[in-house]
Amino acid sequence: MTTGTLTAGRTRFRLPRKQIPVLATLALLLVMYGIGVSQYTAFSNVQVIFNVFIDNGFLLVVAVGMTFVILTGGIDLSVGSVVAMTAMVSAALLQDGMPAALVLVIALLIGPTLGFLMGCVIHFFEIQPFIVTLAGMFFARGMCTFISGASIPITDGFWTSMSQERIGNPQGNFVSISVLVAFVVVVIAAYTLAYTRLGRNVYAIGGNPQSALLMGLPVGRTRIAVYTISGLCSAIGGILLSFYTLSGAPLIAVGMELDVIAAVVIGGTVLTGGAGYVFGTVLGVLVLGVIQTLITFDGSLNSWWTKIVIGGLLFAFILLQRLIGIRYK
Amino acid sequence: MTDSRPVLTMTGISKSFPGVRALHDVNFRLFPGEVHALMGENGAGKSTLIKVLTGVYDTDEGAITLDDEPVSFTGPMQATAAGVSTVFQEVNLCTNLSVAENIFIGREPRLLGAVRWGEVRRRARDLLARLDLALDVSAPLGSYSLAIQQMVAIARAIDIKARVLILDEPTSSLDASEVAQLFRIMRQLRDEGIAILFVTHFLDQVYEISDRITVLRNGGLVGEYLTTELPQLSLVEKMIGKELDVLEGIEEHSRRDLAALEEGTPLVAVSDFGRAGAVEPFSLTIHAGEVVGLAGLLGSGRTEVARLLFGADRADGGQVAIDGAAGSLRTPAQAIDHGVGFCSENRRAEGIVADLSVRENMILAMQAARGWLRPIPRRRQDELVDKYVKALNIRPADPEVPVRNLSGGNQQKVLLARWLITEPRLLILDEPTRGIDIGAKTEIQKLVTQLSDGGMAVLFISAELEEVLRLSHKVAVMRDRQMVAQLANDESLDADRVMQTIASGSHREEADR
Repeated sequence: MTTGTLTAGRTRFRLPRKQIPVLATLALLLVMYGIGVSQYTAFSNVQVIFNVFIDNGFLLVVAVGMTFVILTGGIDLSVGSVVAMTAMVSAALLQDGMPAALVLVIALLIGPTLGFLMGCVIHFFEIQPFIVTLAGMFFARGMCTFISGASIPITDGFWTSMSQERIGNPQGNFVSISVLVAFVVVVIAAYTLAYTRLGRNVYAIGGNPQSALLMGLPVGRTRIAVYTISGLCSAIGGILLSFYTLSGAPLIAVGMELDVIAAVVIGGTVLTGGAGYVFGTVLGVLVLGVIQTLITFDGSLNSWWTKIVIGGLLFAFILLQRLIGIRYK
Repeated sequence: MTDSRPVLTMTGISKSFPGVRALHDVNFRLFPGEVHALMGENGAGKSTLIKVLTGVYDTDEGAITLDDEPVSFTGPMQATAAGVSTVFQEVNLCTNLSVAENIFIGREPRLLGAVRWGEVRRRARDLLARLDLALDVSAPLGSYSLAIQQMVAIARAIDIKARVLILDEPTSSLDASEVAQLFRIMRQLRDEGIAILFVTHFLDQVYEISDRITVLRNGGLVGEYLTTELPQLSLVEKMIGKELDVLEGIEEHSRRDLAALEEGTPLVAVSDFGRAGAVEPFSLTIHAGEVVGLAGLLGSGRTEVARLLFGADRADGGQVAIDGAAGSLRTPAQAIDHGVGFCSENRRAEGIVADLSVRENMILAMQAARGWLRPIPRRRQDELVDKYVKALNIRPADPEVPVRNLSGGNQQKVLLARWLITEPRLLILDEPTRGIDIGAKTEIQKLVTQLSDGGMAVLFISAELEEVLRLSHKVAVMRDRQMVAQLANDESLDADRVMQTIASGSHREEADR
């Protein structure tokens, strides 16, 4: 080009910095899987991986919703309670003899409605998402016990068939319906984040809400949308959980929001927003699942070891993000 | 150029806020293909005029036309859509997104709702090529310097078929070469027929780039002039509305005998003082009544030196002597105990508490020094605050106004007063005059002189060499995070010599190697 051309100094190394946390998670996952395969012969069975997906399909769906929220720099503490409430409402309505299709529609509306309302409060009253969704969490959990103090079993034909449906190959490996649903949710979410204005606005708001506003982006609408999406994902997660357990229990999924946040963060999404991928969240959920599986295979370890390991990993990943963030400036 | 019809006119614009008449019957016009500088002190009404133009504020009176059509924008977005784009001092882009996305977000080319990334990148490259910028458009914006980010913001602004481009102090955080890049782009856009409204505090830049100047003072129009017909001195006089003899008298001050000042024990003496990654170890002595200037380019380590001396960052090693006795400057609390005060360059983030009143802001440091258990009596507070509001000519002279309502220059004065109240023995001023108007600047310079005459030591950091030379007894020069020279400010020292030192390093450095 001309002499005046600016070849502005890009700073240092070419490795795409944004992808480092995701790559780190991928490496961690491979290492853990390698450990499993080397220690336990049965670990190499493909069904082990499928089981991780089957056991964590609902968690994955909820984590995808949480990814949207965290990408904007927000947080949604209500997801665990909304999952439980959705399962409770489904179980209670089915017990009253309502047709399965109608129950599905109603159950799937509760989460997004609550999410929409929380998003509105967060946006219009400029209240911290932490406190608003904490209120949502108590409300939804309270509604569970209000519906019933005890667990309600589900005997509906559609639910039981969903629960028992196995989609498999001739070798006998299979996944459940919930895995398929989770897969579809992941694909739609990844597409939304990468290719739609809504998705790009989510990243912009997470990067700098003030700038996003001045660039004329619909900040309020997007904020409300992410909490609605998170609510919808929690509702789908609740349905999947009720397929899995065939019941609605008032105290199920207590503390699940924290597992979900851990999965999203381990998956490389930065808690302050603006950077992260749905693919990372999938990896994050798999990391949690593989840790559980490893501990189950070991047999001698207390299941609380899962929490200890997750705690350590969470620390490590937040530190990693921080270090990358410092370099960034 | 000037024969054509104005693309934009503003006639009889008035705007009042409760208690303040921000604009009164102001006329302004902008021709295609010109760079038009809007000049005035802080509080003269420049920002208000721009906000009225872009629809952030309504007008009380007056009319705006764009291409002879009356317009009234409801906000910056609508103004942008009509071809009036604004680029602000702070870059309002998202550093986590790619360069291309920052240019196009909100109006990406799409196919069935899906963003066409290839097309986005191609168009971004074309647009940047028009500005003669070769950037990696997929790289995150944050990997480029502030100057480049500023230009990406301009690229975003002109893509919307802009005919009027408003640049609100775009140069205040750029260094000289970056300013040159920006000006090259401004000239190019001007030659393409875009009308550019340029706001800056740097007089030299006005004369370098602008074709026409409109001067505002106290919310009123002083006049519109061709740049070639308005000498710099007259411009300053029109801006402040009085003759410019205030600067005289300051000049002689710094030429005083350095040797006389440097007799006796230094107030603060540091040696081998440094911090890995921030500043190479340096030695510096500061005596009572001495003004030490710190010169160097942006990012040369000036602020880092100040932060080390204040204990805001911890030095890796080295010796500190206070009044000749070994001391320590490892935390701000220790520094304050030794009588060191620090006015940060970043007054918004590190200094001013915007929601507190002028009085509360001024009292903060003194209260901290006394400890929170011994509140300062309200009467004493009022006395002190009144004294400094008068002494520093802070406007409005109402100690109970929240600081956020003050102009930048007045905020700076409040910050200064905060430290003056504690009667420090060494006052570190990091860019105290950046982004403030010439009147306030002169007042602050005068104040530094008075303080040092009264026996206070001052470490004065500024990007403006002339200012450093005017005030300092001794100039320490920073380059690439090293203190490369310390020059006595005698007759032989001028801006050229300091510049050369900044550019090429000093003999001392050569001797060291």
